[in-house]
Amino acid sequence: MVEALRKPPRKDPLQRTTVPTLPPAARSRAAQGLTRAAALGRFALQCCSDCGTFLYPPREACPACLSDRLDYRDAPQSGTLLSETTIRVSNDPYFRQRSPWRIGLVQLSAGPQVICHLHDDCGAGGSSVYVTLQLDKSGQAVFFGLPPEKQPNWADERKWREMTADPKFRRVLITDGRSAVAAALVGALQAAECGEIFVGVSEPWKPDGATLSKLRGLAGVTLVDLDLTSEKSVRDLAGSIGAKVDILVNTADHVRPSALFDPAELNRGREAMERVVMGSLRLVQAFGPVMTSRGADRATSAAAWVNILPVYAEVNMPEFGMHSVAAAAALSLSQWMRSEFRQGGLRVVNAFAGPLETEWFEPLPPPKVTPGALASAIVKGLKSGTEDLYVGVVAEDIRDRLASNAKAVERELGQ
Amino acid sequence: MSYNQPILEQLASALSAGAIRIIDLSHTLSPAFPNIVMPPELGQSSGFRMERISHYDAAGPSWYWNNLSFGEHTGTHFDAPIHWFTGKDLANNALDTLDVQRLVAPACVIDCSGEATENADFLLTRSFVEAWEAEHGRIPSGSWVLMRTDWSRRDAARYANLLADGAHTPGPDAEVMRWLVAERNIIGFGTETIGTDAGQGGHFDPPYPAHHYLHGAGRYGLQCLTNLDQLPPRGALIVTAPLKIENGSGSPLRVLALV
Repeated sequence: MVEALRKPPRKDPLQRTTVPTLPPAARSRAAQGLTRAAALGRFALQCCSDCGTFLYPPREACPACLSDRLDYRDAPQSGTLLSETTIRVSNDPYFRQRSPWRIGLVQLSAGPQVICHLHDDCGAGGSSVYVTLQLDKSGQAVFFGLPPEKQPNWADERKWREMTADPKFRRVLITDGRSAVAAALVGALQAAECGEIFVGVSEPWKPDGATLSKLRGLAGVTLVDLDLTSEKSVRDLAGSIGAKVDILVNTADHVRPSALFDPAELNRGREAMERVVMGSLRLVQAFGPVMTSRGADRATSAAAWVNILPVYAEVNMPEFGMHSVAAAAALSLSQWMRSEFRQGGLRVVNAFAGPLETEWFEPLPPPKVTPGALASAIVKGLKSGTEDLYVGVVAEDIRDRLASNAKAVERELGQ
Repeated sequence: MSYNQPILEQLASALSAGAIRIIDLSHTLSPAFPNIVMPPELGQSSGFRMERISHYDAAGPSWYWNNLSFGEHTGTHFDAPIHWFTGKDLANNALDTLDVQRLVAPACVIDCSGEATENADFLLTRSFVEAWEAEHGRIPSGSWVLMRTDWSRRDAARYANLLADGAHTPGPDAEVMRWLVAERNIIGFGTETIGTDAGQGGHFDPPYPAHHYLHGAGRYGLQCLTNLDQLPPRGALIVTAPLKIENGSGSPLRVLALV
């Protein structure tokens, strides 16, 4: 059984903060199918469309029947540990920093044999393992062997925490405390034993409203001035608490019904872009440098940046057309962020949701996503190490329909 | 132009000698300053924002400058007649066309600070102004009337004073505005609060009477003033030049008072 993670003591200011290094990142294009599965929290292997053989490592033709019709399919995650070892000295800087490191060779019940990172609770050779695909600090897919029965404290295991952004003992900044999602997030994060939570409050001269009044005075929550539309405000906050933010959840949004030919749409559009896109950029510029410098800062390093986006970032929803436009730009920004944040070992998580159960979406019919469901999904995603979360049936449906025929989704939403 | 205005030379001497002082009636433009809030489904006025262009750095090695953005009605600001529907068809009703001859004018300061401290919804009435006139004399035609409430000393939340039923801030009632414009021919009305009207002015008849009567008669508004406590009840001269914005309805400005 893994020893429970303890809240780290205050840092010794005379010690150098560990420099973030990355595990080997090179992968073939065919292997990016594993990355996609890991990003979505799925376990999929390359599979021959003709003979049904699961393949690993990924390749261009099926070794069983020579067919080149290979795609990725979800595969069973059970396996048997054939052998295991612990690496004590590695030539790779990432693993040298983190040795000893346990790995194993697993016979998957799906067919292939894979080398995987091995959880300390896994037994010796011959024991059963449950294999997952995880994104490592390089953002690439790796196999991870877990024991079939989870022991207490299993998620505190050092190697597993490298693959996830578990909130336990990590300090969190929630950017918009007036968002309905903020209060739900605070509850879900505190249930996950996070550290201090900072909650941003813009225009503090306005009344608290329902969400903020719930958060004011709550133990473990500190309200901070933060207005994403103001460069000064964002930089001032980063100057104050930038080095204490291990997970940032950007809850800023700007939902308004849209009308393309309405002259007021220009102003609404500018407001949406200022808040959602430029606001994110201001946050990235102010918090990105210090967070990426702390990507290997002990067990509670800076770990993740979470964007909450409407699934309509991927296809425009005309009733809220400008909301989709701003979200599409924010999605593009998130991809740009990933290339920079990965250098510091940080994960950029996008949580896509359909319409939320909030006042701006009242005219829309159910099903809608409650703030609580969104918050739970985000915390679960951080704990399991996924990168793209689709929360609720609307988001899942649009994801699947986009994958099969994006043009059809565009036409149907535009009817 | 011939040299025929010795009074200006006397003014310059008095200014340099400090015999006439200049009081700044403006707040600093800053993102933290509260701005007017409309229901969220309506169009919104942006607050003051400043983005750096360069700071003696790679984007401009020897110089520092910024790009600014803000709504016309931000911070200490001026309202032109075109701002309100009652003034929309008047001649010279926008910032670029208004008569600059009227931008330097005397000011009467009516001290309501005690009443406003007692009651955030305090309303300036005709009888209150008449009592002021009994003490200080009739308001001269072409004067500004500035309502001192000491509201500018409040912190931002108490300054905006937004409650569940809207803002609660002092202002004029409808009759005093009609009377000041029609019977005293004031050039404008100024307040320390976010609007020339009271926070609850939307419920008056007519709604927003200061805006209604002032702009309908081609007069001006000033709001978010400060330092009114440093002005005498009458005798100050104020300089109120807004930015010259094409078809502009208002603008932030530096309001200077000569006392």
